[in-house]
Amino acid sequence: MILVWLIVLPLVAGIIAGLVARRSQLAARWISLLAMVAGFAIIVRLWVENYGHISILTQQQWLAQIDVPWIAGFGIHFHLAMDGMSMVLLALTFLLGIASVMISWREIHDGVGFFHFNLLWVIAGIVGVFLAMDLFLFYFTWELMLIPMYFLIAIWGHERRVYASVKFMLFTQLSGLLMLLSILTLYFAHHAATGVYTFDYTSLIGTPLAPHTALLVMLGYFVAFTVKLPMFPFHTWLPDAHTEAPTAGSVVLAGLLLKTGAYGLLRFVLPLFPHAVHQFAPIATGLAIAGILYGALLAYGQTDLKRLVAYTSVSHMGFVLLGIFIGTPLAIEGAFITIIAHGISTSAMFMLVGMVQERTHTREMSRLGGLWQTIPRLSGAGMFFVLASVGLPGLGDFVGEFLVLLGTYRSSPLLAALATIGVLFSTFYGLKFIARAFHGSNTNQWKLADLSAREIALVGSMMVILLWLGLYPQPVLNTFAPTAQRYEQVVNGPTVAFRR
Amino acid sequence: MSSADLVALLPLIVLGATSVVVMLAISLRRSHALTAGLSLAGLAVAFWSLWPAAGVVPLQVTPLLIVDRFALYYFGLIIAATVAVVLMGYGYFERHDVRREEFYVLILVAALGSAVLVASNHFVSFFLGLEILSVTLYALSAYLADREIALEAGMKYLVLAAASAAFLLFGMALVYAQTGTMEFPAIARDLVSGGAAHIWILAGVAFMVTGFGFKLAVVPFHLWTPDVYQGAPAPVTAFIASVSKGAMFAILLRFFYQSGSRDLHATLLIFAIIAIASMFTGNLLALFQNNVKRILAYSSVAHLGYLLVAFEAGGAMGAAAGTFYLTAYMVTTLGAFGVIAALSSSERDAEDIDDYRGLFWRRPVLATVFTAMLFSLAGIPLTAGFLGKFYTIAAGANASVWVLLFVLVLTSVIGLFYYLRLVVALFATEDIPTDAEQPLPAVPATGGLTLAVLAFVLIWMGVYPHVILNVIHAATSIFA
Repeated sequence: MILVWLIVLPLVAGIIAGLVARRSQLAARWISLLAMVAGFAIIVRLWVENYGHISILTQQQWLAQIDVPWIAGFGIHFHLAMDGMSMVLLALTFLLGIASVMISWREIHDGVGFFHFNLLWVIAGIVGVFLAMDLFLFYFTWELMLIPMYFLIAIWGHERRVYASVKFMLFTQLSGLLMLLSILTLYFAHHAATGVYTFDYTSLIGTPLAPHTALLVMLGYFVAFTVKLPMFPFHTWLPDAHTEAPTAGSVVLAGLLLKTGAYGLLRFVLPLFPHAVHQFAPIATGLAIAGILYGALLAYGQTDLKRLVAYTSVSHMGFVLLGIFIGTPLAIEGAFITIIAHGISTSAMFMLVGMVQERTHTREMSRLGGLWQTIPRLSGAGMFFVLASVGLPGLGDFVGEFLVLLGTYRSSPLLAALATIGVLFSTFYGLKFIARAFHGSNTNQWKLADLSAREIALVGSMMVILLWLGLYPQPVLNTFAPTAQRYEQVVNGPTVAFRR
Repeated sequence: MSSADLVALLPLIVLGATSVVVMLAISLRRSHALTAGLSLAGLAVAFWSLWPAAGVVPLQVTPLLIVDRFALYYFGLIIAATVAVVLMGYGYFERHDVRREEFYVLILVAALGSAVLVASNHFVSFFLGLEILSVTLYALSAYLADREIALEAGMKYLVLAAASAAFLLFGMALVYAQTGTMEFPAIARDLVSGGAAHIWILAGVAFMVTGFGFKLAVVPFHLWTPDVYQGAPAPVTAFIASVSKGAMFAILLRFFYQSGSRDLHATLLIFAIIAIASMFTGNLLALFQNNVKRILAYSSVAHLGYLLVAFEAGGAMGAAAGTFYLTAYMVTTLGAFGVIAALSSSERDAEDIDDYRGLFWRRPVLATVFTAMLFSLAGIPLTAGFLGKFYTIAAGANASVWVLLFVLVLTSVIGLFYYLRLVVALFATEDIPTDAEQPLPAVPATGGLTLAVLAFVLIWMGVYPHVILNVIHAATSIFA
């Protein structure tokens, strides 16, 4: 039941916030914030309670689950379940939910009620994606989370918001429908093999498919997830959507929506199609490397701070894709840590750019510079997160990318070498960011307000988490361990590892 | 005729009687409210009569009409949709200074024609039902005769419908000439025993496809759609888009399944081509429209294309998927035109995209309902349209009609683009037309109620379709 509450909580809070905003905008903000805090508290409590035995869970043992028939005619169940991987991602979801509400406190003035309604509903959709274990339900929530996201960009975005939001919708819809075709093919293949109509995740694992079919079906999922990730060459929606979205929208996009793509690869593609993944790995890793280098290169070329951060996401998510398809335990663990660390560091960077824009009304590097002299605390925080993103040892991103590289090196030194060049590139764009925005002389004579107490609390807690992930990532790795071990079996011996 | 026959025909009898009673009542006393009330009462009785009728089905009443669960389901759909049209029409015509009462007689007769259509398994009743429906629609399209555009719509519909009816009749004649029967099941027997289909039958079916295609407004028979949609009053457009097409789809299923003509290779090929052309043409042409009614017209061309994918998938699953899709589409399209009707004034219908700019900030509830309808048309979750599309794709995947499915996927993404254009307009915060400060017409209570119910059904079908799926499975089990 607890899982249902996790979805219902933001849904209901979103409706209430939408309604009360007419009376009091402040109340709407507080209700949203409290709902996010409550969700986060529930997850943390679950984590603490279960930490002792979390690393020895096996496939069929979920930390919590609920399974009731929904549309009986199709064998569709309302099946939510949570394992370690979902739990960590849910913690991230609610954490960034809190951050999104807080960062919008001063930024959003128009349509406050509808804004918070959309924000909480997109969070609810993402929670649903991380919990759904019925493929129909998964597709349902997958599509559902896009609509509020679309509104967040289209209504509260910047100058080219309509273009960006429509592009975002078209990309994700097309890829989503391809995934639906794949889901249905698998569904009918399972019926042909067993005589049972079901969308249940654990039942569908091990469905026998002809190799050729398996590859095609896998590609349907792969495209849907890598558009979201995004993988080169499907990334073109991302810079527009990120740049035009309001800060909270960018935070949710970069921190959570991209992660649903990585989650989908880990949760569905690897276990459902072990053979096809094995077959397809050379292409996928090649595209991952292309994304790492291309994203870093383009990030260096940007003059708009938000666009720069957006392209760094393409580069970092390349590491995630690489780690997943290399498939050694180290690489997969690294991919997972990168998912979490990137979620936090990139969200924090978007928030800082948002704060700069709120104060200076520009994101152009040429119009900034010398901010350190007037807002040292904000600039210092900016440097911290840029360094995190660049991969400074001791911070979360480093651990993730290091593990991916280590894992990759064992199976392909060439790929590892290429990916390392990407890390090198990231230093360039990171230093450019710091040098152009914060250093130099204050030619524009900016006199700005430094971080407020609310902003310090927000940014500070993100710093603490990144430090924690960088110095002592073991709790997260332990929580993820059972999942990672299963994948190891998939890639090394794609035989019966996933059969029940 | 036995009493069971009469019970089975009760919905038709009540519909026919109601139109006569309403007509007589108008001649005695002209009152808009009274006329509408009588029509609603008649429709309510007709809807109630479905239950006694359900006790005696399936029943072949005379060689002309078959009353089975399939027919009863579509009776219910037609009656419910007509109720919605009457309710939204009441609010709409309250604002107009015309003779309003005859609208209800015509609508009731059109509903009767549609009901005859879905219950026919004989060429004669098929044609009778079709003509009853068509003739009333000529008058209804041109109902606001002071508008030039309405007259144009009426004329266009008249000429093209008459021509297509001629094609249909000729097709029937050819099939009859070859098989010697007008009953659908008997035709099937002849097709099966005769081995390869005779050239006359193929020609006949091809001519009949023209007749079907016109009423369904699929490519290349769709040319009347945008003009009639635009010219006819919003409630009439709602009726044409929902009931008329719905009844035609039902007879399409019944004729092609039961006469065995669906199993002809040529039929499947023709409809596959028509479906692909409709999906592309409808969605692409809708991109270039600025008139909401025209957008919905082209969108309906595309949606009928999707419906034909379910038809192509075939089997009980295809029939059920098509019926579910159609039900969802009827709810959605009634809702969309209900919003248009609610916003229309006596001078003009609210059909320009600018009429909707920033509507959300002035009329949040109405805009939310319209958004829900548009999302349903686009196939977004939580709405009936999503499950309809899901079901159709599932039926297609089951039957492995991959080409059609890929076209469906591709074109629905194109379609999303123009639905989003409308949604963007609804939520726009700038470029709001200058006259936006003027108060909008108040939403009539009847129209508001209809929209509320339609929105509820839309979400209900999208979230918990269990009940309606069971009903549909029972109704379409005759095609198993």
